[in-house]
Amino acid sequence: MNQPASAYFIEDRHDPNETHTLSVLVQNEPGVLARVIGLFSGRGYNIESLTVSETEAQKHLSRITIVTTGTPMVIEQIKHQLDRMIPVYRVVDMTLTRRSIERELAMVKVRGQGEHRVEALRLADAFRARVIDATTESFVFEITGNTDKINQFIDLMRPLGLVEVSRTGVAAIGRGPEGM
Amino acid sequence: MSDKSHDPNQMTGAAMIVRALIDHGVTDIFGYPGGAVLPIYDEIFQQSEVQHVLVRHEQGAGHAAEGYARSTGKPGVALVTSGPGATNMVTPLTDALMDSIPLVCISGQVPTHLIGNDAFQECDTVGITRPCTKHNWLVRDVNDLAKVLHEAFYVATSGRPGPVLVDVPKDVQFATGTYHPPRKSDVHRSYAPRVKGDATQIRKAVALLASAKRPVIYSGGGVINSGPEATKLLRELVEVTGFPITSTLMGLGAYPASGKNWLGMLGMHGTYEANMTMHDCDVMLCVGARFDDRITGRVDAFSPGSKKIHIDIDPSSINKNIRVDVPIIGDCGNILGDILQVFKAEAKKPDIKSWWQQIAQWRARNSLYYKKSNDVILPQHAIQSLFEATRGKDTYITTEVGQHQMWAAQFYGFEEPHRWMTSGGLGTMGYGLPAAVGVQVAHPDSLVIDIAGDASVQMTMQEMSTAVQYELPIKIFILNNQYMGMVRQWQQLLHGNRLSHSYSEALPDFVKLAEAYGAVGLQVHKPGDLDGAIQEMISVRRPVLFDCRVAALENCFPMIPSGKAHNEMLLPEQANDEATAKAFAGGKALV
Repeated sequence: MNQPASAYFIEDRHDPNETHTLSVLVQNEPGVLARVIGLFSGRGYNIESLTVSETEAQKHLSRITIVTTGTPMVIEQIKHQLDRMIPVYRVVDMTLTRRSIERELAMVKVRGQGEHRVEALRLADAFRARVIDATTESFVFEITGNTDKINQFIDLMRPLGLVEVSRTGVAAIGRGPEGM
Repeated sequence: MSDKSHDPNQMTGAAMIVRALIDHGVTDIFGYPGGAVLPIYDEIFQQSEVQHVLVRHEQGAGHAAEGYARSTGKPGVALVTSGPGATNMVTPLTDALMDSIPLVCISGQVPTHLIGNDAFQECDTVGITRPCTKHNWLVRDVNDLAKVLHEAFYVATSGRPGPVLVDVPKDVQFATGTYHPPRKSDVHRSYAPRVKGDATQIRKAVALLASAKRPVIYSGGGVINSGPEATKLLRELVEVTGFPITSTLMGLGAYPASGKNWLGMLGMHGTYEANMTMHDCDVMLCVGARFDDRITGRVDAFSPGSKKIHIDIDPSSINKNIRVDVPIIGDCGNILGDILQVFKAEAKKPDIKSWWQQIAQWRARNSLYYKKSNDVILPQHAIQSLFEATRGKDTYITTEVGQHQMWAAQFYGFEEPHRWMTSGGLGTMGYGLPAAVGVQVAHPDSLVIDIAGDASVQMTMQEMSTAVQYELPIKIFILNNQYMGMVRQWQQLLHGNRLSHSYSEALPDFVKLAEAYGAVGLQVHKPGDLDGAIQEMISVRRPVLFDCRVAALENCFPMIPSGKAHNEMLLPEQANDEATAKAFAGGKALV
């Protein structure tokens, strides 16, 4: 391997990247989100999507859902690095459980007239998107689903006059009666 | 309200801080006053249980607290003001994080109503120190202060130890609230480090150890952090199994350097026998070490034929750099105890005679060889002389960072843990002198020596003034080659011998400098004068700057060149220009 002159061994890693969704249960306290985000930026991990909200107000618990990509070794590292943070209760790899539901909500603004407008409405109906705002020349659709479905809907809207999109990011929960 | 005024637990935030220190058994702290910590300093003034050591720069306070912690096994405590006081702590906090040193830093902050206003000496201390602490807190309410302080001590010292910081705004220091002594509920319920090893994994580990033909034990700083019991058990395990043992820089002293199974340090500047044993072993037991890049060399060629057992208290250390076969998460003292118990009950000492014969052949290469001279002091010789002169004495060694640090690790034999304080992970030049201050505060009657380089020592030289003020007789043993030796070594090996800014044109006269501080200055040029001068240094009960003029161009070998494996070491007798160029081939223009 041709190495540049360096005090460090520069390694090529060829393991393929995987995408995983992690649910992280944390103490809701000042700085906790900054800690999690700082971990990702500081250690060079990817964040594809991040959603956070308080979920149990009385216990001061928040749930953070992170979609990340990396080699299997990196994904394992991310989980351990998260888990050892003081305010983190649990980290669950929703992708590994194979029993999780993932949803995202998007609001999609489309501007157009005539046939485009009719086509947008027709597709929205097929995707079970709701119209939550309308003018004579625009719609705002609300659509819920997994990431692929939303991406597909947005792609379809593009030639029909897509103006802008606002997405919540992924929220995930396990199937069955048990909590995380 | 009248009841409360008689309640002994009603006190100001500043008083709570001193009270918490006392409740956690803290007797010495290192700090520097400033506007945002004046109420705490006022409390310190009015009591005598906690002694405060005034440093000359906050970085010095941090490293002194690290030295104190490493040499005692107790947490080190530093007290600094807001703004620059806190930012000057960033280096020691990061250093302590990398080397898993329990450190509690208390910083002052501007009053809560000014936070975010760019007030005088304001900075976002918790934001700045978030990535360089194990955890940190900003306390906005005096009634949270006791809980946070107790949790801070617990977090710093439990699990994998590390630095913590508590940021206390000045109005919280003035405010009165209720203090409570440490109690279990002070700690986050989400924080519960695992200490006990999994029994199934321990059995797997013992089975591997018992079947080994070419075993090695590779131990690290975790054994020392775990406490005296872990050291005892490690030694017993070596005795019971008869296995060879090597150690990281951080782990030196856990197994005695005079022990018959000792291979010397491993890694980039480790011994040939240690690295070859690692490379060719069939079973590796890693105890409290983390497969750092200075240890592994090229990762895809690291110990290719071995089954690896990894004991670590931090799950994130497992499979971070090297895939292991049997990970065991928990405190290494606990786990070593369990392994020993199972091994003694169910296994017998494997016959590894032929493995030891192989190791003897590697040893015979004498990889720490250097050529002595009658005219000029070789740095290796200086450390050997220092070792001989201090052997059997109650000695603690600190170092700065660079060639002298590696030579100290190679040539000074450590017999006990907690005797060796060095900046391993972060590699902080300027660590050793203030660390020696902290060690001497903890051990006033011991011999404390900072093995230093002429460049590193100037980074925190001001702490000589602290040593003089508190009559701390630290010895600063400077291997003076007028170069940043390790920088120069890399420039020679990798950058066409272009010595870009690695030579100090204008070094101070260290003897005069010592005298200016009110310390003792000694200088030696000739090998014949070395032993006498070292004796003089040891016998004087005052701080000493020892200017040991050594061969200027000596380099540190053996060495694993970058991008190479353990079995591709460059040995001293091979380190001529041609061989060096070949070993580093693949780079740009070479030596």
